[in-house]
Amino acid sequence: PGESTLFSIGNGVALRGPYISMITNHTTNLLIRGGMLFVVGVFLALVLNLLQVQRNVTLFPPDVISSVFSSAWWVPPCCGTASALIGLLYPCIDRHLGEPHKLKREWSSVMRCVAVFVGINHASAKVDFANNVQLSLTLAALSVGLWWTFDRSRSGFGMGVAVALLATLATQLLVYNGVFQYTSPDFLYIRSWLPCIFFAGVITMGNIGRQLALYECKFVQEKIHQD
Amino acid sequence: SPLNSLNCGVSLDAPWWSHPISARKPNGCQLTPPPRMTVRERLRQNISAAFYRHGLLCASYPVPIILFTSASILTCCYPLLKLPLPGTGPVEFTTGVRDYSVPSHGTQGDLGERPDWYRGPPVAYIQQVLVKAAVSPWDSSLVPVDVFRSPLGRVFSLLEEIRDHVYTDRSLESLCLQVTDLLPGLRRMQSLLPEHGCLLVSPGNYWQNRRDMFDSDPDILKTVHQHEPKGLHTSATLKDLLFGVPGKSTGVSLYSKKRVVTYTITIALSSYDARFVASLRARLKQLHPSTNCSLREDHMVHVHFKEEIGIAELIPLVTTYIILFAYIYFSTRKIDMVKSKWGLALAAVVTVLSSLLMSVGLCSLFGLTPTLNGGEIFPYLVVVIGLENVLVLTKSVVSTPVDLEVKLRIAQGLSSESWSIMKNMATELVIILIGYFTLVPAIQEFCLFAVVGLVSDFFLQMFFFTTVLSIDIRRMELADLNRRLPAEAGMPPPKPGPLRPREAPPPSRPSPHTITLQAPAFRNLRLPKRLRVVYFLARTRLAQRIIMVGTVIWIGILVYTDPAGLRTYLAAQVSEQSPLGEAGLPPHLGVAPVFPGGDPTSTLNVLPAPEPTPLPENQSQGHGEARSGPAPLTSPQITWGSEDEEVWRRLSFRYWPSLFSYYNITLAKRYISILPVIPVTLHLSPQEAIETRHPQDTQHAPRTSAKTTELQADLTLYKVAALGLFAGVLLVLLLFCLYRVLCPRNYGQNGVQHGRRRRGDLPCDEYGYSPPVSEISPLLLRGHSMDIECLANDGMLLASCCLAGQIRVWDAQTGDCLTVIPNNGLRRSSSSGCWEHRDGWDPSSPAYDADSLLGPEARNASTPIMDNEHPLRRRTTPVRPALFGDQPDLTPLIDTNFGEVPPSQMMPGCGFDFGELVERAYKEHEASPPLPFPPSPPAARQRRRSLGDQSVAPPEQVLLAPWDWDSSVWSMELRGNLIAAGRSSGKLELWDAVEGSLRCCNEDGSSGITALAFLNNRIVAARLNGSLDFFTVDIHKPLGLLQYRGPPGRASLPPSPCYSSEDVISCQLTRSVQCAHQKPITVLRAAAGRVVTGSQDHTVRVYRLEDSCCLFTLQGHAGGITAIYIDQTMVLASGGQDGAICLWDVLTGSRVSHVYGHRGDVTSLVCTTSCVLSSGLDDLICIWDRSTGIKLYSIQQEVGCGASLGVISESLLVTGGQGCVSFWDLNYGDLLQTVYLGQSGEGQPVRQLLVLDNAAIVCDFGSELSLVYVPSVLEKLD
Repeated sequence: PGESTLFSIGNGVALRGPYISMITNHTTNLLIRGGMLFVVGVFLALVLNLLQVQRNVTLFPPDVISSVFSSAWWVPPCCGTASALIGLLYPCIDRHLGEPHKLKREWSSVMRCVAVFVGINHASAKVDFANNVQLSLTLAALSVGLWWTFDRSRSGFGMGVAVALLATLATQLLVYNGVFQYTSPDFLYIRSWLPCIFFAGVITMGNIGRQLALYECKFVQEKIHQD
Repeated sequence: SPLNSLNCGVSLDAPWWSHPISARKPNGCQLTPPPRMTVRERLRQNISAAFYRHGLLCASYPVPIILFTSASILTCCYPLLKLPLPGTGPVEFTTGVRDYSVPSHGTQGDLGERPDWYRGPPVAYIQQVLVKAAVSPWDSSLVPVDVFRSPLGRVFSLLEEIRDHVYTDRSLESLCLQVTDLLPGLRRMQSLLPEHGCLLVSPGNYWQNRRDMFDSDPDILKTVHQHEPKGLHTSATLKDLLFGVPGKSTGVSLYSKKRVVTYTITIALSSYDARFVASLRARLKQLHPSTNCSLREDHMVHVHFKEEIGIAELIPLVTTYIILFAYIYFSTRKIDMVKSKWGLALAAVVTVLSSLLMSVGLCSLFGLTPTLNGGEIFPYLVVVIGLENVLVLTKSVVSTPVDLEVKLRIAQGLSSESWSIMKNMATELVIILIGYFTLVPAIQEFCLFAVVGLVSDFFLQMFFFTTVLSIDIRRMELADLNRRLPAEAGMPPPKPGPLRPREAPPPSRPSPHTITLQAPAFRNLRLPKRLRVVYFLARTRLAQRIIMVGTVIWIGILVYTDPAGLRTYLAAQVSEQSPLGEAGLPPHLGVAPVFPGGDPTSTLNVLPAPEPTPLPENQSQGHGEARSGPAPLTSPQITWGSEDEEVWRRLSFRYWPSLFSYYNITLAKRYISILPVIPVTLHLSPQEAIETRHPQDTQHAPRTSAKTTELQADLTLYKVAALGLFAGVLLVLLLFCLYRVLCPRNYGQNGVQHGRRRRGDLPCDEYGYSPPVSEISPLLLRGHSMDIECLANDGMLLASCCLAGQIRVWDAQTGDCLTVIPNNGLRRSSSSGCWEHRDGWDPSSPAYDADSLLGPEARNASTPIMDNEHPLRRRTTPVRPALFGDQPDLTPLIDTNFGEVPPSQMMPGCGFDFGELVERAYKEHEASPPLPFPPSPPAARQRRRSLGDQSVAPPEQVLLAPWDWDSSVWSMELRGNLIAAGRSSGKLELWDAVEGSLRCCNEDGSSGITALAFLNNRIVAARLNGSLDFFTVDIHKPLGLLQYRGPPGRASLPPSPCYSSEDVISCQLTRSVQCAHQKPITVLRAAAGRVVTGSQDHTVRVYRLEDSCCLFTLQGHAGGITAIYIDQTMVLASGGQDGAICLWDVLTGSRVSHVYGHRGDVTSLVCTTSCVLSSGLDDLICIWDRSTGIKLYSIQQEVGCGASLGVISESLLVTGGQGCVSFWDLNYGDLLQTVYLGQSGEGQPVRQLLVLDNAAIVCDFGSELSLVYVPSVLEKLD
């Protein structure tokens, strides 16, 4: 029986024994995924924050590196934690709702999604719009387009809207309490495009989280098969 | 209405068409679902058909299409040449000084040449004063510091001069660019750069423009260099800023050979006052004239700076690019099952990139200049355009049936994905159009680019990528051919042994052909990736080549950059030859003696006569006073060349931006105007130099030995050598590690194993994998005493005839010998080998022998039993010539009624004629009612004789007439259980294959039967004299004995008519074509109701079988016909002695194709649905494409085995060799397996090879037959 098991799972998997066992352990897997999502979130937060900061950056900044971290230190960790939570939550919701995500489950699609997300941020930071309403509407359309192109699940949409609202509320409170502020707020204390960005971010992180969870599923299935 | 439905169809074509939401749409579309569907379906069909045709086109003409696409890409990219190159380098524009006026802000279209940035006043006007100073003549008493101390010291007086210069009422203070604080981060430069005043930069800034600080500075070099950054620096350093010339050419160095100090005083003016500048120029020139200076002073250069991208701005950009590459990576990773993944990935990326370039090019062609930062939107454009279509295309094409032609595969793949591609494209276009209506200029521009990019991407996908894909797939199939070649392919053909070299396929085939993919069994067996990498490296010698190229480049760089090397040599050559270099020289030749008087500098520089300094020769010539003695020291010469005109060009292009940036003035998207430089020449006397010396200056003296420089050069050399050595060692170590990590231990041994395949080894694919081993054990059929001459088969049975004339019938599945028909009827062949290997033989067999000697009654009793044991049946009447063997029931013939015997038959000379009796019984079986007669063995023959004499009216066939047993069998055919044998005497015999009895004989012709064809109930015999006889075999079943012959031994009987032993068979000549050919008929084939004959008279004739009417005479061969193939599908191929192969259309008699394939006769021909296989006397098997007549490849056979060739299935070819048969995959031409027939490898060559219906092979080598079953593995291998 041992031989036949080995045969059934094939060479490559058998060689990666310890790695697989680590991956298939649920908590370890959860931790790994969370860590990866956290790193991605921190990275994206840094880069996108830089994009926002750049509009006021002079041509020859005296100290380049400091400007990268010029925003408050707590922003990237917050974003990272949030993205880890969201990325882990999405597969969970999928599992509980019983409607697994089927649309384009490939890394290339995920990368495309991330690129579009960065593009939305880029547009919000760099493109000169005539007025804020136009900017916000465009970004909203882009965000919904992102959801339609890469997600298309109701749970994803609901989750995105919910998180976007919550995050907007939190930001409002933060700004209200004077933790930081926007240069030209047009929606109470914040910019009106912020919910769109949050929504797109949620969709993106959810996409990444689902893709990562796919690996666990695959390996667990294989393990079950093996047993 | 159609338009409406079309609109609805289009609007509902989105992916959510079937979604319940759409059903609730309140438009009228639901009212007319059938027309909508038809429109949609029709659209879909049309698109699919168009894509199919397009795929065919692309795959048929790959090269022209790729050329066309490349041309269109280049054409569309041509406008890009006019665009400024992306980058942040400054742009220049030159105007004259004389008629200069500050450009207005407005836009003027008429000033064609003027760039659009040249508007409004510049940030600053830059006036540079270029000072060249030297202590002249040089004195041996001077120390190296003297080279620059006193010349630098003169900067203060010059500065004073400039500051104090006043023209009319204007001073420098009023004109210059006033600067404020330095940026906060530049505190350490505060003492060095001017603040709160004119932006006036000179080396004097090192000493705060104070002469006393300069004089008290003990070490000038240290002061200068202490602000230099350590390590590499690309932008302008402080030394560059203050000196205004590149660091190396300042001459402020202890080791300066020229001993000329060069520096600039840079003045930034906020407004341009031509008269002030001119007066300053005149004043300085008057003070310090440079007589030999011919610098141009009439041009003003405006330099425009673009926006610099800082690192901080680059981070998001880099991020987007990283994401882009990840996207491309993950996308192209999905490309699978193609020949070259990398090639296709590259093609995909090229498709996307060139579509972007095309879009930019087209947009700029139509006047839309891209204002967006190209680098920033580029990744998003790529993502929007995407690689999805390309991947989908690839996937769809590779998933088409692999046995199709390449162009059909491409076409099918395209058409199956056409709908989704068009749908996606339409969706994207709609989305982008929506984006266009946001009315935001940036987004509109993006959308415009994206739309053009999408369209051009579609174009490229359809033309470029599809064609590349078709080439790739074709290459893959070719490569499969090549790769799976046996390793001995390069060996000479006549090499003995089981090896089977074959010619490589032609490298390029102009037309598509059918070669299918590898079998899944092969494809799945892959080595680990690392081994594949290693094999790839080993195959391509990549590492070696890279190292070689790298070494060559490295050596080249070393040689070029070597200080004593090529570059200096080249520079020297160029300067010697170029007129420019000479132009620079003459002025200074006349310099020294003509110092104008009144000039304070020159008065200082008047050469003192007692100077001990020897001058170099040219200098001394110029001075006219040649000095003798050693000339270790040279007097410095100050030369002005064209390179001094714009000295700022030699600086980093960040010089001006960084200078201004210190004062928080950005030059991005602005410009500065640089005025012509003011040259100042300073000649200082040695006395002055000595006077200005600092006490510590002399301490530097010992360091000025020439040794230092030599040592330095040596040191550099050693450094380079050490570095090279280190790099080499590192490389070796790295490669070693790589080898150890990547290579398996038995890497080398594998190669040896691959090199030679021993007997019985299976062919390996590239990675050493063999197809699954399946034991093929041949069955040996022994029994013939001489070489086997003729072979015939009918699926179930197999008949063979040897030179001795013995015919043996074998069971084609078990290999049992069923019947032996000896040539000599009187000779018993009880000891024949066929009995020997029959283990399960009924032990009661002697009883049969005993039976056979009994009377007919006893035989009759035993006959049913033997019928039941059909395979074990043996000939039971060995004494008689096969005629009275176990015959059917002859009891009706026994006539005891002696009274009815006609007296005429009682004549004594008539003899004993059983033949007539039996023949009559057979012929009139149905007519004559059976007569029950009691058995009486002893009298039976007597009575029978009398009965036979009575009934046989036309005794046309005399069976027991004197046999010419010596005549040999020339041809033989087997149908059902009838063997038709044509003898050299011209006799046609029909034997019962099972019973071994002669059923019929026809002696109408006298010429030897060279070929026989047995089709349905007709036999066609070709004779040596060129005549063609058509016989009809009539079967008369006896009425009363209609019972079946008994249960057959096999479950499946051959489909051909089965003649039971009770039937009376007659063979009658229906027609004889006397002069079918002028020469002997060599080959005769019949199929599909046609009889085709080939003769030595170079013609092929086609007859209709039914009425033996000659339909066509096919002429086209230049030699006798040696091989003909015709099958049920009316494919007719003929091969001749001239080595030519002709394909004919049997319906029209026209020649389809004509190829020359062999040197010597074509010995056999077989056609499959796609290929024609031919073998020749040259022992070559050629495989031709049937539709085009192009040779696909050829297989070199062993000597003497040329004709043995058979096709088992569409893709399995079997050939004979020296004591072995080989199975080939017909589509790839690779050897699948070789089966050795005998125990000894050096068997006789296989001369004939017959493919049976049940996929068994019979080959005749020597006196033995071999039966090889092709296992099911091989059958499935297509």
